[in-house]
Amino acid sequence: MYGNLSVIDAQPLDPNQVDDPELLAEFEARIARGEKIEPHDWMPREYRRQLIRMIEQHAHSEIIGALPEGTWITRAPGFRRKMALIAKVQDEIGHGQLLYSAAETLGKSREDMIADLISGKSKYSNVFNYPAETWADTAVIAWLIDAGAIINQVANSKGSYGPYCRALERICQEESFHLKYGYDNVVTLATGTPKQREMVQEALNRWWKPIMHFHGPPDTVSVHTEKLTRWKVKMASNDEMRQEFLNAYVPKIWDLGLTVPDPNLRKNPETGVWEFSDPDWAEFKRVINGDGPCNRERLAVRRMAEEQGRWVREALRKPDMKYVTPLS
Amino acid sequence: MNDTAALRDLLLRMADDELIIAHRNSEWTGLGPIMEEDIAFSSIAQDKLGHSLGLYRILESLGGAEPDAVAFGRSEGEFRCCQLVEYPIGGYDFSLMRHFLHDTAELLRYEMLERSSFEPLARLATKIKGEIKYHLFHANTWIAQLGARGSEESHARMQSALNEVFPLALGIFEPSDYETELAAEGIFPGEAALRGKWLETIAVTLEKGTLILPSLDAVTPAYGGRKGYHTEHLKPLLDEMTEVFRIDPSAEW
Repeated sequence: MYGNLSVIDAQPLDPNQVDDPELLAEFEARIARGEKIEPHDWMPREYRRQLIRMIEQHAHSEIIGALPEGTWITRAPGFRRKMALIAKVQDEIGHGQLLYSAAETLGKSREDMIADLISGKSKYSNVFNYPAETWADTAVIAWLIDAGAIINQVANSKGSYGPYCRALERICQEESFHLKYGYDNVVTLATGTPKQREMVQEALNRWWKPIMHFHGPPDTVSVHTEKLTRWKVKMASNDEMRQEFLNAYVPKIWDLGLTVPDPNLRKNPETGVWEFSDPDWAEFKRVINGDGPCNRERLAVRRMAEEQGRWVREALRKPDMKYVTPLS
Repeated sequence: MNDTAALRDLLLRMADDELIIAHRNSEWTGLGPIMEEDIAFSSIAQDKLGHSLGLYRILESLGGAEPDAVAFGRSEGEFRCCQLVEYPIGGYDFSLMRHFLHDTAELLRYEMLERSSFEPLARLATKIKGEIKYHLFHANTWIAQLGARGSEESHARMQSALNEVFPLALGIFEPSDYETELAAEGIFPGEAALRGKWLETIAVTLEKGTLILPSLDAVTPAYGGRKGYHTEHLKPLLDEMTEVFRIDPSAEW
């Protein structure tokens, strides 16, 4: 599950190393013709750098995203839910595995990426810094966060980098099952006992703000991404994706008799655009910079898993092994 | 002779083992030493949950309650799992050794049960056996890798895990009150026969991993689970497992 490229690498590249203009023109022409770029093709340094950043963030989001839901596997009520939730969280880890492999084709090893995750150098989707307080939170996550992620991932699967696109196509297929699972779970609670209904409404209230943050800051303030759009790295604007999400899911939320905790949320009948209150972008910034409710806990868990598993990884390594970048 | 009681006891022991080890294995989801192991333990957990569900369904057909009520509605003393499966996941060494010793016994048990005179169990055993084959392939590969082909540390850790888990694993074969009936009826040849095969089978893999099995005379099997006497770990596990279900056991979740 992944929202959007929340942080792009804004550091300037070494100005003494300039991409060959002829190769660059050829590269841009290929992308304009809709061709995919493959690992051994020539690519601008900036393209490689931003793609690594994006795919890596996506991969981290998958494995960190497994944590808030994963804590409910041991508490899932009944066989059906328990099996489905294990399978769902397992899928998310599998997505992480696929995406780390896709990023590795660009020249950064999985180990380096995980080290950067743990040190806090690279980011992951902001929503996973919020806690899943009740069982109903897992239902809301599986439905609406996965729904938001699908919108982003379907857009990105039409991007220009072959290995990432192929990974995303498979991921989207699996995510569509998660969405069905999440929706079924929300419907069961929303049409269940008064207590269950209360649980799911409260979960929706808690998650609404992170959901509104999910696709990233408004286009008016988000970092200039014209080149990344031309290179088909960034495929849809944050606002476009947020609108698509609201258009598809707010009516479904209302159909279930649930309310959205924003009195100003409405679709403007004249413009067709959804209007809403400011979802507190200052909080978004605070959380992404490390000061959310669960940032420290998430990284601490990941660090613990890495440290405790070190002896296993070392036992797999042979002295004569050397790192080989996977092809695709 | 009360062969239904004998059959129920056998089914419950097996179903509870599968449920509780599935629960423990699922705790690795998100925390494995490598992502591939998260995924493997998650898969194994799903299969084992499925096995326990199949067994509880047979119990239901013998007049028991429906599977969710049995799995999520009983108190600790009503469980018949062996103590081995109750222990927390500990380190990967402990979990892997438990997985290996448990699943070897499990595969051999279902191979025996394929020939059971109780047909619903024989049919289920064939299905389950096909899945456990892969669980054991996974366990055997890792035991050999971490035991013989890994590092000094991994070998030492696996040997120490074997020393710790072996007496607990012997608890799998705690004799029931119905051994004679089950064997006479052709339902199940018995825990002692299973244990004999298990000792022969684990010896082969342990040798590949250059690991040494503690002497049987030097250890005390962890018995009690099959009679409802459990470690201090089972109650907290059940409290956690049933936390949401208990909000309203009559509700649909």
